[in-house]
Amino acid sequence: MSILVSRETKLITIGYTGKQGTFHSIQSRDYGTNFVGGVTPGKGGRIHEGHPVFNTVHTAVNKTGANAAMIFVPPAAAADSILECIDSEIPLIVCITEGIPVQDMIKVKDVLKKSTSSSRLIGPNCPGIITPGECKIGIMPGHIHMPGKVGVISRSGTLTYEAVYQLTKREIGQSTCIGIGGDPIIGMNFIDLLDLFEKDPGTESVIMIGEIGGNAETEAAHWIKNHMTKPVVSFIAGASAPTGKRMGHAGAIISGGNDTADSKFKILEDCGVNVVRSPARLGEVMEKLLK
Amino acid sequence: MNIHEYQAKKLMSDFGIGVSKGIMVTSVDEAIKAAKAIGGDRFVVKAQIHAGGRGKAGGVKLATSFVEVEQHAKNILGMNLVTYQTGPSGKIVKKLLVEQAIDIEHEYYVAIVLDRNSGKINMLCSSEGGVEIEKVAKETPEKIIKVVIDPSIGFSPFMARKLTYGIGLKSEEAIKDAMKTFEGLYKLYTTLDCSIAEINPLVLTKQQRVIALDAKINFDDNGLFRHPEINDLRDENEESASELEASTHGLSYISLDGNIGCLVNGAGLAMATMDIIKLHGGSPANFLDVGGGATKEAVKKGCSIILSDSNVKAILINIFGGIMRCDVVAEGVTEALKESNRKVPVVVRLEGTNVALGKKIMSESGLKIISANDLEDAAMKVVTVAKEKEEEK
Repeated sequence: MSILVSRETKLITIGYTGKQGTFHSIQSRDYGTNFVGGVTPGKGGRIHEGHPVFNTVHTAVNKTGANAAMIFVPPAAAADSILECIDSEIPLIVCITEGIPVQDMIKVKDVLKKSTSSSRLIGPNCPGIITPGECKIGIMPGHIHMPGKVGVISRSGTLTYEAVYQLTKREIGQSTCIGIGGDPIIGMNFIDLLDLFEKDPGTESVIMIGEIGGNAETEAAHWIKNHMTKPVVSFIAGASAPTGKRMGHAGAIISGGNDTADSKFKILEDCGVNVVRSPARLGEVMEKLLK
Repeated sequence: MNIHEYQAKKLMSDFGIGVSKGIMVTSVDEAIKAAKAIGGDRFVVKAQIHAGGRGKAGGVKLATSFVEVEQHAKNILGMNLVTYQTGPSGKIVKKLLVEQAIDIEHEYYVAIVLDRNSGKINMLCSSEGGVEIEKVAKETPEKIIKVVIDPSIGFSPFMARKLTYGIGLKSEEAIKDAMKTFEGLYKLYTTLDCSIAEINPLVLTKQQRVIALDAKINFDDNGLFRHPEINDLRDENEESASELEASTHGLSYISLDGNIGCLVNGAGLAMATMDIIKLHGGSPANFLDVGGGATKEAVKKGCSIILSDSNVKAILINIFGGIMRCDVVAEGVTEALKESNRKVPVVVRLEGTNVALGKKIMSESGLKIISANDLEDAAMKVVTVAKEKEEEK
């Protein structure tokens, strides 16, 4: 079992014929994802790398029956693509694009909340989502994953790979791994996904990787305390980061107060989460917990 | 992106917010001329640097004559201003803002910030201005009035009324000014893709006018492509030269005060790498994210920037190749090291696509490269060699 994506997932890529869109669509297909086509306005009707191209998301969904979309559209037009996917009622939208203006995402978030569409958004500025052995949507290296029962949620990309790698090396498989993105405004957050993992019979425990900045981890900690029966292991990146400096991710900036790594570690500990202060020990701690 | 107070005031004025008469200058002569052009007999001379806390640090002075303007300009121009936001090394003052002094009746606070949880922008107002808002929030939270702005509706007049009457403004003129200020600030924030817009203090003058006595605007870097005119306001003197150089190569670099250089792909992993260095008793010299799909040139540039920091005694390269190929990383690293005349030990941890080829390129390069098996091993090794290097001196 898994959450959000599985063998049943039918994927289309928005911005399919671009360099990144093409490369990662084919990578996902070769991993085993049921990839059914893509969208590039103006190129509809063509066949690209063996798959049909459509002008609009609506047509693509009608013709292919897609239930998931992966977005590789450049930042200036990416918000519009997310809106188009929401309008087409695609159940799962994964936006990989980095650099979308916050003002655009404010509008997208508002539409997501108010619209009657059943769409859920992962990202933007994220590596994507993978259910090992079944479906990969995103830019993560598929081969480091293995099927199993640990759910992984993270605000980061490569740090997620690091955690997964540590698990796989110990032969601990993963149910589903999701990078939720490093921007200030994102679609699904830690709590949305913890809730899905809690309800998923195929997930036995969860690794949650946070960062400095914002209070998403704090909110998640309280939610875990009140609702989560499965064990959670957590690391927060940025204990060594200075105040007021943006550490790569737009969202990773300490603005003063409760958004430092130390205060997040403390709240997580207080809420019964297994806190790991060294990023090298995520796999080890999970292994001990499962014994 | 950050801009100066004088630039922020100009933008605010364009959006209908009251500001006092002022001129930006870069020399003492210009300062006197500016004071004469502004007129009156009381002026404020303000250091223009990208940091708050200038007043307390001695960068803002009141002058009651042209002679005093001259004296203050002489003292402040060129001084190294150390505030709680500049860090211990401070910032050299190269620009001044000469302004007409204001007779203040009361100081307020207003700001627009993004509330990440709700995904909406909030306008905050307080009758306690001129102090740190964090302090007000902690000690007297009832003094802060907040309006949450629905993105599909925007800023409604009732919100301006809620804030204006909420902070206790009474005279007709002041109320009119304040309403205009709040509406203007919202328009400015949304039109120009700001990430922070703050007026602290917003003052009520003895003449019952409301004006921005200070102004702070930060822009969302992701929105700058829509505003080339804002990009032109960038003051490169206020940014670290190496950080600037890195950004032109698509690298995200932040200089820190330790002695272990770090080159990592991905922001989260870069932070985690710094954290683990610290956990093992070392001190990172920088944050450097070469990005997911960095080229050989980008990695090479990143290495050169790290090597140009003379504090660096050892380098840790931690690459988890997802999209990135390890052989490309290895080529960039070895080329940079060969071109540098510095002999700095390098610890490398490579994982991912073409890892064997990457390791081969490194070991055949003839350079002193220490290979590490995993993150922990890499951190321990680099901390050890950095200590040895430090003791050699």
